[in-house]
Amino acid sequence: MTDPAPSLAEELKRLEEIVRRLEREDGDLDQALALFEEGVARLRLARERLGAAELRVKKVLEDAEGTLRATDLETDQ
Amino acid sequence: MDDLFTPSPDAPWTPVQLARAARRVMESGIGPIWVRGELTGLKAYASGHWYFTVCDRLAQIRCVMWRKWTQRLKTPPADGTQVYLLGTPTVWEERGEFRLNVTQLLVTDRVGAQQLALERIREALARDGLFDPSRKRLLPETPSRVAVVTSLEGAALRDIIHVARRRWPSVQLFVFGARVQGSEAEGDILRALAMVNRAPRIDCCVLTRGGGAKEDLAVFNSEAVCRALAAVEVPTVSAVGHETDLSLTDLVADVRAATPSAAMELVLPDQVEFARQIAGCGIRLATALGRTTRLGRERLERSADRLQASLDQRLERRRQQLERLAAQLDALSPLKVLERGYSVARDREGRVLKQLSSFSPGLDFTLRVADGDVPARVRESA
Repeated sequence: MTDPAPSLAEELKRLEEIVRRLEREDGDLDQALALFEEGVARLRLARERLGAAELRVKKVLEDAEGTLRATDLETDQ
Repeated sequence: MDDLFTPSPDAPWTPVQLARAARRVMESGIGPIWVRGELTGLKAYASGHWYFTVCDRLAQIRCVMWRKWTQRLKTPPADGTQVYLLGTPTVWEERGEFRLNVTQLLVTDRVGAQQLALERIREALARDGLFDPSRKRLLPETPSRVAVVTSLEGAALRDIIHVARRRWPSVQLFVFGARVQGSEAEGDILRALAMVNRAPRIDCCVLTRGGGAKEDLAVFNSEAVCRALAAVEVPTVSAVGHETDLSLTDLVADVRAATPSAAMELVLPDQVEFARQIAGCGIRLATALGRTTRLGRERLERSADRLQASLDQRLERRRQQLERLAAQLDALSPLKVLERGYSVARDREGRVLKQLSSFSPGLDFTLRVADGDVPARVRESA
């Protein structure tokens, strides 16, 4: 039951933060360009992830030792 | 407080003092109780308050039920109806009369024991604050991991998966299977809710089942299930049955949804809206960069102008300095002295011959005068 990648919501939050910083930024071109590049990269990534997202449904069971186990649940498309 | 039990003619009580004391004793001594009996003489006033009597073969008790409580009931029951009443015994001070202050009235032959039990549970949960608006938590904006407690076979799960796939497919659904009707349902749901609390990083929990007969939904009115739902550590959604069904879990959960599909609509953001937000970010990024580069360019232009101006200034200063130096040099030039009639003798190497001893006999030298050099030689003897 692990989820390493940051959630899309976190991505959006970071993206909005970058936009806000870029909007605040007045004149430091190097910094602005760096922010812009990061923003564009995240934007593309978020779009890709949004497009590629496939619902994962897991069934959670408790084994004899009382440990929770999540197994994929067959779902009709 | 005055002592009720040592009467003294020196300090007589006023009627209101007595009525108040009796009321205090009555209200604190007995408190809210359920009373079962036959209802008679009901008068429903335009104000919404009801006055009636509840009695059995041996006694009768006057009752009052304020509008606040009668509002929930549609029509006053007919005389002779068997009722359950929840009320607090009190004294009506102005008349010095004993009254039962009724907050709930259940007609026993209509609602049956099941409804009565339900009302008792509702009462207990309300007393413990489980319905308090202040304990309602907000659902997370964008959950990554949603727990769903429902039957693995039911239509509810299919609806939930369908809506999740359409609305927010990047969510992970964790299904905690539980039977949702029948005698095993309560135990299953309690176990599932306890497991939700042990599962890592769950963002919110949906307890749900599709519509069914009233008896099929009974487990969602179970006190134990309600308390377990209240104990779930993440925000909860209760979605039981169809639009019209309302169960106690709906009142305990942080959010109530009418159907399983509606629950997912509430829990999950919409990917279409999300894509729109991302696009908005893109536009803002480009606009902000455009502004920054324009500012940068303007600043650069201003800097170039300033640089040019400062260079010009520096060049002018240097030029003036040069002229000054040239004038000084000119004044110091030996040629100026020669113009006055002096001359300079130099040997072939150009060394200036300043003393007599430098002029050895036969030495060739040149004599520099104002307008040129004169070749010369020292005679054999001076």
